[in-house]
Amino acid sequence: MSIRITQGTFSFLPDLSDEQITKQIKYCIDNGFAVNVEYTDDPHPRNTYWEMWGPPMFDLKDPAGILYEVNECRKAFGNHYIRVSAFDASNGVESLRLSFIVNRPQDEPGFRLERTDTNGRNMRYALHAYSTEKPSGDRYS
Amino acid sequence: MSKSDDSPKDNSEPSPAAENNDNALIDLQEELRASHVQEVLDRLDRELVGLVPVKTRIREIAALLLVDRLRKKLAIASETPTLHMSFTGNPGTGKTTVAQRMAEILHRLEYSRTGQLVAVTRDDLVGQYIGHTAPKTKEVIKRAMGGVLFIDEAYYLYRPENERDYGQESIEILLQVMENNRDDLVVILAGYKNRMDRFFQSNPGMRSRVAHHIDFPDYTHDELLTIAKLMLAELNYRFSTEAEAAISEYIRIRMQLDHFANARSIRNALDRTRLRQANRLFATPGPLSKQDLITIEAQEILTSRVFTEGQRDFDGDKGTDQPTAAS
Repeated sequence: MSIRITQGTFSFLPDLSDEQITKQIKYCIDNGFAVNVEYTDDPHPRNTYWEMWGPPMFDLKDPAGILYEVNECRKAFGNHYIRVSAFDASNGVESLRLSFIVNRPQDEPGFRLERTDTNGRNMRYALHAYSTEKPSGDRYS
Repeated sequence: MSKSDDSPKDNSEPSPAAENNDNALIDLQEELRASHVQEVLDRLDRELVGLVPVKTRIREIAALLLVDRLRKKLAIASETPTLHMSFTGNPGTGKTTVAQRMAEILHRLEYSRTGQLVAVTRDDLVGQYIGHTAPKTKEVIKRAMGGVLFIDEAYYLYRPENERDYGQESIEILLQVMENNRDDLVVILAGYKNRMDRFFQSNPGMRSRVAHHIDFPDYTHDELLTIAKLMLAELNYRFSTEAEAAISEYIRIRMQLDHFANARSIRNALDRTRLRQANRLFATPGPLSKQDLITIEAQEILTSRVFTEGQRDFDGDKGTDQPTAAS
């Protein structure tokens, strides 16, 4: 069974088409955000910092350049999670304004709930992604 | 954006978008007017002297794109035309200027989305060590996407004498993008005629991907004279009657000398002329009128070394030698 992870904007919608992605990126560029492409193979919701696919793109005027990088990243990591993040510097710090997944693995095995007994009869819970049982790099091969 | 002002067709004809309506009439003139491309073409005509073959070709390209746009409205499928170009010609024949206009025209016709022109040379594309070139080239390409990438002196990209040169890598990436991202990017290669020919000979892939080879002819004497007057008018100067005869003579001699760079030589000559005019005004005692400030006299031009050194070979003519009579 495949569990679609829901992280970032639009993640409850069906996967965005390239045209829709382009329009979202266009929105980001028009607002002056710096757009960044990131990828990971660890689907845990607390996995905040993904690997960067090249430096953030600050000086582009057209979404085609970013879509080009998305496609390059798909070529290299076709079976990973890839997201596009947009950062707004107008607050004085680069703050995340929009982040959405543009690529996901064919098969997402999902999570297991881990229960641990602690002090007294207390229970601690943790999410364990099945895919992380394999070493990084082999997870979605 | 021009997209909004032409989608509601303001002519009273039936909407051409209606499917299977083979008889729908389209007004090409109307379309031309809506695209505002005629203004750019007119400005091209007005501001660029001569260059007839270039203007003809640009007109043809504009017509093709316009017809293509109409076809799209009627839902006739066709491939996006390849618009990569090569501009060849001697120095100072207006290659960069035309490239800028081209970017504007393509934008008006909605072929390119941003209308920007990113002008680069070898330095911006080729890296200094292994693995440096590809990211560098891609960076530039991404920056230019949605507009026009203008590669000046493109033949420097390929250096056959150094087999470890990274230029080839850059060319390969360019070729790939020129083929795959035709909708996103128009590449214009510019350079001197014979060197560009050699460049294309050694890169047949490049040659076949460039659809339009436009040759910029040298300017004739009369065209250069018109250019000189135009340039001077833009600077708010004017020639006196004798000065006009002198500059005409100057151009005739200068054209035969080495390192003649067409309009660029003329601009340099005018810059030096202004220098001498300022000098003369300083030497003139008494108050000056506005006429004095804007008039270039013959003596400013006749002082040029071009007149004294005639056929001799030299790099420039920046001398302020003793005045001599014109030949």
